[in-house]
Amino acid sequence: MSRTESPARLAVRKTYKLYIGGAFPRSESGRSYAVTSSKGEFLANASRASRKDARDAVAAARKAFGGWSGATPYNRGQILYRIAEMLEGRRAQFAAELADAGTKSPGDVVDAAVDRLVWYAGWSDKIAAVAGAANPVAGPYLNISSPEPTGVVAVVAPDDPLLGLVSVVAPVIVTGNTCVVVASERAPLPAVTLAEVLATSDLPGGVVNILTGSVKEIAPWLAGHMDVNALDLAGVSDPGLAVACEEAAAENLKRVLRPAPADRAADWAADWAADPGTRRLTAFLETKTVWHPTGI
Amino acid sequence: MFEYAPAPESRDVVDIKPSYGLFIGGEFTDGTGTSFKTVNPASEEVLSEVASASADDVDRAVRAAREAFGTWSAMPGSERAKYLFRIARIIQERSRELAVLESLDNGKPIRESRDVDLPLVAAHFFYYAGWADKLPYAGYGPSPRPLGVAGQVIPWNFPLLMLAWKIAPALACGNTVVLKPAETTPLTALLFAEICRQADLPPGVVNIVTGAGETGAALVNHPDVDKVAFTGSTEVGRLIARSVAGTHKKVTLELGGKAANIVFDDAALDQAVEGIVNGIFFNQGHVCCAGSRLLVQESIAEELLEALKRRLSTLRLGDPLDKNTDIGAINSAAQLAKIRELSDHGELEGAERWSPACALPERGFWFPPTIFTGVAQSHRIAREEVFGPVLSVLTFRTPAEAVEKANNTPYGLSAGVWTEKGSRILWMADRLRAGVVWANTFNRFDPTSPFGGYKESGYGREGGRHGLEAYLDV
Amino acid sequence: MTTSFADVASSNVALRTFLHGLPGVDRVGADQRAAMLGTRSIKTTAKAEAIDLAIRMVDLTTLEGADTPGKVRAMCAKAVHPDPADPAVPKVAAVCVYPDLVAQAVGALAGSGVKVASVATAFPSGRSSLDVKVADTRLAVEAGADEIDMVIDRGAFLSGDYVKVFEEITAIKEACGEAHLKVILETGELATYDNVRRASWLAMLAGGDFIKTSTGKVQPAATFPVTMVMLEAVRDFLAATGRAVGVKPAGGIRTTKDAIKMLVLVNEVAGDRWLAPDLFRLGASSVLNDLLMQRQKMATGRYAGPDYFTLD
Repeated sequence: MSRTESPARLAVRKTYKLYIGGAFPRSESGRSYAVTSSKGEFLANASRASRKDARDAVAAARKAFGGWSGATPYNRGQILYRIAEMLEGRRAQFAAELADAGTKSPGDVVDAAVDRLVWYAGWSDKIAAVAGAANPVAGPYLNISSPEPTGVVAVVAPDDPLLGLVSVVAPVIVTGNTCVVVASERAPLPAVTLAEVLATSDLPGGVVNILTGSVKEIAPWLAGHMDVNALDLAGVSDPGLAVACEEAAAENLKRVLRPAPADRAADWAADWAADPGTRRLTAFLETKTVWHPTGI
Repeated sequence: MFEYAPAPESRDVVDIKPSYGLFIGGEFTDGTGTSFKTVNPASEEVLSEVASASADDVDRAVRAAREAFGTWSAMPGSERAKYLFRIARIIQERSRELAVLESLDNGKPIRESRDVDLPLVAAHFFYYAGWADKLPYAGYGPSPRPLGVAGQVIPWNFPLLMLAWKIAPALACGNTVVLKPAETTPLTALLFAEICRQADLPPGVVNIVTGAGETGAALVNHPDVDKVAFTGSTEVGRLIARSVAGTHKKVTLELGGKAANIVFDDAALDQAVEGIVNGIFFNQGHVCCAGSRLLVQESIAEELLEALKRRLSTLRLGDPLDKNTDIGAINSAAQLAKIRELSDHGELEGAERWSPACALPERGFWFPPTIFTGVAQSHRIAREEVFGPVLSVLTFRTPAEAVEKANNTPYGLSAGVWTEKGSRILWMADRLRAGVVWANTFNRFDPTSPFGGYKESGYGREGGRHGLEAYLDV
Repeated sequence: MTTSFADVASSNVALRTFLHGLPGVDRVGADQRAAMLGTRSIKTTAKAEAIDLAIRMVDLTTLEGADTPGKVRAMCAKAVHPDPADPAVPKVAAVCVYPDLVAQAVGALAGSGVKVASVATAFPSGRSSLDVKVADTRLAVEAGADEIDMVIDRGAFLSGDYVKVFEEITAIKEACGEAHLKVILETGELATYDNVRRASWLAMLAGGDFIKTSTGKVQPAATFPVTMVMLEAVRDFLAATGRAVGVKPAGGIRTTKDAIKMLVLVNEVAGDRWLAPDLFRLGASSVLNDLLMQRQKMATGRYAGPDYFTLD
């Protein structure tokens, strides 16, 4: 036997898991599904989250809500900015994953995602000035309205694996909500990588929980969950599923942000490169009005 | 003893017709549904026979609104504003008439319809009139567009005030409306229709369809309705939220509540007692934001309850048209049955029931002001909305416990806090999951002040700049 | 159940602790409650009864530098027969004059049942020594006054020297002997309803038989919310000690409507025990003629004219 050259080094592959309560568990169901590139090549086996994973994620989000909503807006803004920093640092990795997913100009898209995070980070301590009010009531009262986070938001992320994802998660959490996100089913890997970014960005565990798997399977459980306060259907492309989720959400009067209607695909609701405005912030805010008499 | 002689407000100011039709396209027309009677709940006397709108009638109304939408929405805001100012003025001019009619049809004391409802109704139209030509400055973009036709369904507890909350912002933003008043209280809405005519409001801008639940469902489900606004029970709110799923309709819901009124041991006690009374006995407790759960710090529970009972003994229950009446009639036999059922259940669950000595009139629907003590969070009277003059009393030991108990409900409409310590008020207000927090006051309303709930109390806000959002395409 | 407040006045610290431990009064809430009670509509038989009761509660008052024996005698005649044309009109509760004119009033009212009240204690400012105040009181008492209307030292109260205020009241009370003591808080100078409540309790703890809003020389005087806060205080004091203290709003009550509103406050805040001249008085003068005019209107159905009522 003649000696041969040693083969090219075998890469160590990453295991793509769920992100729940700050940890990276596999699905409790033990299931996974093969994720392929846009060209059909095998990329990884992603966890296929079950309804129990969804339930655990909601519990983690609820647990994190008190602390996160009670953090100062300055602090939340700092953390979102930190997420942007971490994302910037992994630009190459995200660009590669986006390229695999078939995203055009992946580097530009990562840049846009970073910029989007920075944009939303700044809103943390400004939205109250825009959405709040001191109301001049006709009587001896101080009357103040201020925006407050709705609570736990279930988000079905759009099939735009990084910019779309960041564009729906950032506005939800910057105001103090916590969330459970169902990642793009087709291209979930950037979402799991984003989870790694979140885990190293001082974001408290449970503020963002990311599930991968079948949207059709998980979304209805989140839509019907009685401890979820709001539902963002951005990534639900099947009209029947959207209706079913909205109907299920009615049970506890969840605030529902519907997917973009087909005829409005070019505006804030669907074009992830467009200026997002404040709509996604205010959709998950409550207005609390406090009255107090003025007297000696 | 100082007995107040009867001091009835004159009924002569109102002229109730024997029957009323629907108000569609600026005209009163017959309905094709089976007409129904509206009664005075204080006497069970039939006041009038009112048309019931069938699905076809609702369709006519929506078409009239659609037809009017083009001109109305294209009209300069300054012109729309003047129509609303006109309406506000006519409401002021005819306020006594409206107040008496409201008390007759609803059963609420004339003192409240005269001193609370009507002034707020006029103020609401004045307020939103002023927005009509200032929408580009409202923070919803440089030229915010109206939604189209608004289908609005309102409850019987504040018939005219809820009408104002719905119609004023809708019209200011350039929408046209089809409004369905509650089955038991249609009369002031029909008088409002007449006011629209006096104001020369273009036909079809406001349409009033009377009827029961089916009429409301036909309106909410009409495919050409762009906006649904509903105030009422959480149960119906759920149905509406479900029925609009998958449509383009924008929805705002203002639903039930089970508000905690939290009294700390350092509260201004006499004012807290007034706040508790106003919180739950105002409008016979037919108030979605009523302070139906009194959470009192254990250290002053006994003292406060004694003061509260003494105060309740001075409440005057009876003829809603008597100017000295504090507690009027329950709006309907059905509501009375519900209040009785929940109250009886409260006793079954072991809570202690107390009412002041209080003679109830023989005819009509009446329920005495009632307090339940020894109530636990798990009791139905502490969890379900009674929508009547029934107060559940619970105690707490620490601020954190008060917050926990106050928030331990699927509702989140309002809350009250009574303490003389400013920092504690702010701490509590931060943590209470409720859309309105009244600190050292209760049940205050103002057109400039957004109102609406968290959680199952609904979504969207009415009042203030926030109230515009519900009627703009944003 | 009654509570003993024996040690409450042992020091300024103790008094301050007690008075500042009373529940606060939210001004806006109190104003609203009083305004709501002001909307009560008192008509027909209730109004007729209220008018007669109000007349029986009037402390007919003249407190001018220009007062003379003649003026006092005329007022006393009016006190006994408010409407000479109608003997059914009840007598007023008392006349109220300066100490040096008490003797004239006593003489004019002898045997009528109308009491003589006198302001004392360096009225209206109260700015003099305790000795002078005591002497002023004795002057009135010795001249035959049945009731003494003293003023508290508002300066001492506002500077936190509650013991001084307390001890002055006890000293005057002692000087009163058998005479009833009304303690004027001069609420217009106390500025807050919290202070009104504290001063009310201070006066009651020190032994006052009545608490009175004002001298009539300072604005605002007897407002409805202030009277309401004082009615709450006497109500609570009765519950705590078993002793019923009277209330006298004075100053600014000019119309029948105002007088009846006061009675509504009494009825719904303190309760009907206070609906009697021994526990509630109206310090006023011009209100009497308005009450008489309203009374005549009720009786005849015609609106009355001022020329038909005496201006004494």
